[in-house]
Amino acid sequence: MDVTTSESVSKKKGKTKKLKQKIKTDEAPVQEMEQAEIEVTENKSESGACFPPTFSVSEIKNKQRRHAMFLKLKEEKRKAPPKEVPKTIENQRIYDETTVNPEDEEVAFDEGTDEFSAYFNRLTNPKVLITTSDRPRGRTVRFCEQLATMIPHAHVYYRRGLALKRVIPQCISRGFTYLMVINEDRKVPNGLVLCHLPDGPTAHFKVSSVRLRKEMKRRGKDPTEHVPEVILNNFTTRLGHSIGRMFAALFPHDPQFVGRQVATFHNQRDFIFFRFHRYIFKNEKKVGIQELGPRFTLKLRSLQKGTFDSKFGEYEWVHKRHEMDSSRRKFHL
Amino acid sequence: MQHDDVIWDLIGNKSFCSYKVKTKTQQFCRNEYNITGLCNRSSCPLANSQYATVREEKGLCYLYMKVIERAAFPARMWEKVKLDRNYAKALEQIDENLIYWPRFIRHKCKQRLTKITQYLIRIRKLTLKRQRKLVPLSRKVERREKRREEKALIAAQLENAIEKELLDRLKQGTYGDIYNFPIHAFDKAMEKQEEDTESEEEEEEDEEESGTREFVAEDEFEESDLSDFEDMNNLKGSSDEEEDDEEVSSEEEETEEELEEEKTKAKSKGKAPLKGPIRKKRAYVEIEYEQETEPAQKSKAT
Repeated sequence: MDVTTSESVSKKKGKTKKLKQKIKTDEAPVQEMEQAEIEVTENKSESGACFPPTFSVSEIKNKQRRHAMFLKLKEEKRKAPPKEVPKTIENQRIYDETTVNPEDEEVAFDEGTDEFSAYFNRLTNPKVLITTSDRPRGRTVRFCEQLATMIPHAHVYYRRGLALKRVIPQCISRGFTYLMVINEDRKVPNGLVLCHLPDGPTAHFKVSSVRLRKEMKRRGKDPTEHVPEVILNNFTTRLGHSIGRMFAALFPHDPQFVGRQVATFHNQRDFIFFRFHRYIFKNEKKVGIQELGPRFTLKLRSLQKGTFDSKFGEYEWVHKRHEMDSSRRKFHL
Repeated sequence: MQHDDVIWDLIGNKSFCSYKVKTKTQQFCRNEYNITGLCNRSSCPLANSQYATVREEKGLCYLYMKVIERAAFPARMWEKVKLDRNYAKALEQIDENLIYWPRFIRHKCKQRLTKITQYLIRIRKLTLKRQRKLVPLSRKVERREKRREEKALIAAQLENAIEKELLDRLKQGTYGDIYNFPIHAFDKAMEKQEEDTESEEEEEEDEEESGTREFVAEDEFEESDLSDFEDMNNLKGSSDEEEDDEEVSSEEEETEEELEEEKTKAKSKGKAPLKGPIRKKRAYVEIEYEQETEPAQKSKAT
């Protein structure tokens, strides 16, 4: 009798417990019966507590509670395994120690006292001079013209072989805040030197994938004279912050929302994508954007303190190919 | 005797000359002492025992002369004379050194001197101007950068990012009162409020139910039976029974409400698939009541 009852008990129990049960049945069937009863009574009293390990759900005599336990187990099975988050390069990015914390006081202090503080405190209005390298070809010239239409208070001047070091003092005397030089190679713009004028930093970028206005598909009409809004995305590190502020200081402070134009500088994996759109809100959950204006991508090559001086300037950051390009997960902006 | 003709016969026409460069139309001489650079009978330094050239080293011009007398001494064959920096004076020096020499050589030397001075001037001018630095591009690197840019563009999802940013700015209110959309935000706020009140009501109902006592009739009790007892119980009885009925019906309604609400809430939480199949297995009677818990405030707002 005892043996048979203990065997039936072991059948009811789960697969994992079978071995243990068989051992137990060999040893002391009577004791096991008693133990099982005790466990069952214990379980009747405690419905949600932890169970001793040699116990399975099917042993609960109370139908309601047994059913509840089954449902719980099913739910847990459904829940686990949790959905895996796919690995992306952005997820796997090596943490950069110069990433800016929004509440960082040191950064806030630096930004309050750097070269752009005059702009951000609304003391100066931006005025941009756009020029090219020597003897620009058609595409570069048209690109400069389109840039000038997008950036308010921008003027295009023909280079005529002048040295930049001589140009800069003249610009300062005429009240320009930015000097933009578009370098050309084989009839295509390929470089951009952006120099903040009253002894501000100079950034040198590589320009790629330039699309002029007439090459854009489904574009809107030409941009109007309204001051556009500026969107700066993903500038996280200190270096990124300073570059972001450089871009922000190109545009006047108060955007005219009537114009519904927005200029976007989006940083992704050290490539800065520039787009110029016109937006319209269809309702408060949907917005439609239409691309006007040229688009191009920039990649920062070097950031130099002070105005343009390639020989004797002090470089804050230089892109060193062998050091910095070795890892695919490390980005600097 | 210097056999110039024989030499020329060999190297110029018949045999091989290592300095000769042949093109379709012309023959050039690569000899560094050649005065014109062409392969001619009169310009070949090997085939002429009396010969002179002007050459330039580090910005200075020198006149080289070769005569028959030194033909046997190759180490001393060429006489080097430094010419003046001044162009006119240098010309005079050439004249004075090459006096009595063949006209051809004198003329060509002066021509060569002119050319050299001209290009030296040009070099000096160019060094003063800005020089274009040619930076070599590595093809591999360029290809790699291009590919990374494409991938970064895809990962950036620019349109979505821009739209999201614009919508965030709208929500934050940077646009002020230009756009008249806040109706939906108002509705959302009202819905939130309703959910809060409903949950409160539920809690209240639970509390009430646990405490209150009611007198409920048996199963077969119908309202029509009431009419028989009207005269007996009069106002008190009828009112009690009506109250009971109301309470019973309201209880049923409330329980139904709760169930429905629970259903809807459960559905919203996504637990419906769990409960659905299990419920179907049971014998279950669903009584649906149409509730007006949906707010009429939407219509009010519009």
